[in-house]
Amino acid sequence: MIGQDGLWTKTFRYITCLLLVTWLVLPLIPLAIWSVARGWFFPDILPRMWTLDAWRYALSDTSGVLDALWLTIGISLAATVLSILVGVPAGRALGMYKFKGKEVIELMILAPTIVPGIAVVLGVHTVFIYLGLTNTVHGVILVHLIPTLPYMTLVMAGIFSNYDPAFEAQARSLGASPLKTFWYVTLPAIMPGIIVGGLFAFLVSWSQYILTLLVGGGRVVTLPLLLFNFATSGRNDITGAIGMIYILPGILILTLTAKQLSGRSGAVGGFGRI
Amino acid sequence: MTHVSIQELTKVYPGADTPALDRLSLEIASGELTALLGPSGCGKTTTMKMIAGLLEPTSGDVRFDDRSILRDKPEHRGVVMVFQNYLLFPYMSVADNVGFGLKMRKTDPTEIKRRVSEMLDLVKLPDVGDRRPSALSGGQQQRIALARALIVQPEVLLLDEPLSNLDAHLRFEMRDLIRSLQQEMGITTIFVTHDQEEAVVLADRVALILDGQMKQYDRADAFYKRPVDEATARFFGGHNFIPGKSVGGTFDGPLGQLTLADGAVEGAGKLTFRPENVRVGQGDGNNLSARVADVIYLGTQTRLKLRVGETEIDAVVNPNEVEGFKPGDIVPIHLPPQTLWVIS
Repeated sequence: MIGQDGLWTKTFRYITCLLLVTWLVLPLIPLAIWSVARGWFFPDILPRMWTLDAWRYALSDTSGVLDALWLTIGISLAATVLSILVGVPAGRALGMYKFKGKEVIELMILAPTIVPGIAVVLGVHTVFIYLGLTNTVHGVILVHLIPTLPYMTLVMAGIFSNYDPAFEAQARSLGASPLKTFWYVTLPAIMPGIIVGGLFAFLVSWSQYILTLLVGGGRVVTLPLLLFNFATSGRNDITGAIGMIYILPGILILTLTAKQLSGRSGAVGGFGRI
Repeated sequence: MTHVSIQELTKVYPGADTPALDRLSLEIASGELTALLGPSGCGKTTTMKMIAGLLEPTSGDVRFDDRSILRDKPEHRGVVMVFQNYLLFPYMSVADNVGFGLKMRKTDPTEIKRRVSEMLDLVKLPDVGDRRPSALSGGQQQRIALARALIVQPEVLLLDEPLSNLDAHLRFEMRDLIRSLQQEMGITTIFVTHDQEEAVVLADRVALILDGQMKQYDRADAFYKRPVDEATARFFGGHNFIPGKSVGGTFDGPLGQLTLADGAVEGAGKLTFRPENVRVGQGDGNNLSARVADVIYLGTQTRLKLRVGETEIDAVVNPNEVEGFKPGDIVPIHLPPQTLWVIS
């Protein structure tokens, strides 16, 4: 019986993996092929001719892909840093303390992950116009915080709910100033959370379309905006090339942090609440 | 060497009706090892945190050598606290843990290295410097926590339940280590514990705190011989409390007239004596005849439940003295006058 159970578990695991790979990797294959194809029509299984033209164009100055790439990296990095600066103290408050109205605040933090961005952004847009933040890069960075902060805050709340502040008292008692206590004691303890939360924030900011389009007013052209332009204009080859560039950070980050993201790390504990 | 003076120290937590600590006053001589003893929730940990600067007192003062330290930040107080669960920093090696306080004081790295290895020798763990704290046993972790505290040569050392988490055989080893290091370095030391045995074996003097009030501050033996009241005596395992009246060196009560030693309290009160001071057989004075109600064999001791008239008496005696005793027997006992104590 035990052997049969083992077999079932194994088969199930095998099928799950296969489905995941199919679902995640298969859609990328045509994208990759398109980026190096010249003419690829039904019912051909593979293109008749191969070319690097799309890549040459994508990486040239005229396409604006590289400019968009650097801008997107800059915006996502800035949104990540700001998310960390806000999310760490917010997560500490939610994870470590009980206070009046905590449930309401938790719900409000979760709200952007539930409410569609387009519903939020119209109101935000009016406020941003009033503040003169529309059509600017820092306006876009600021609006990206709406979807990035919930992830950062929840990851940090998970970290801090397992955190013993007595370590800080011990450091103070041994002669550490508040700043040194944070640097030598708190920071190493919460680092896994900052890394995981930061990566989420980066990727969420990286994939923003609607928020960037509305607040940036079409003047802040990030990679997803550019990608969308080419996709709607029917240039499958260039879309493929930009698409490959666009998914690169996601793949890199996943590979580098597979260990942090697997259930063994406490950093993902906060997602139990989503 | 620092004299510690705690004056009317009080803490009322917000929203609480009764103070967690009510006007505690203690004078702790320099180099002395003092225990704050009490059940959990009696205010002893609150006291420690206020001395360490981790909690703000509601009123009162803490003075080191006649200088108030309440305005000093925790890191500038010259106080180091060793927590019950050791709190070794898990991301640092053992050596980095021990050297942490010196690093915060910007000591030269080679000097830190020298003093860390000196300190590890002192706590008899010379070879664990490169290890992670999690690789050490509980007893070893505690010694490292102690080393980490002592390396900065604090004026005052605070220990939270220093022996509670240890096995019986480790307790005495640790007790000897704490005492010898503390004496050698002459550091005024205060520790809190809920365990009267821990307080007695380790401390020069013991302050018993019950419900936020200090009951008695004395040498350990005084809590057995001269407890201030019934609650104090009970905390130290006292069982016998007999109401009556003390007049001119005699106690008049349900046991008849008993002779007291010199200096007994006069007037109405309760007679108390330790179970281990009840003697079986005839002796000088205070001879009584008792009926055995129960005999409980405890291995190295035997507990006797006795009855004199309607009065119950608890006795703890050497098993050899009471061989063959069984419930219902009438036996002679006596209560040596110098072991009797009257509480008002």
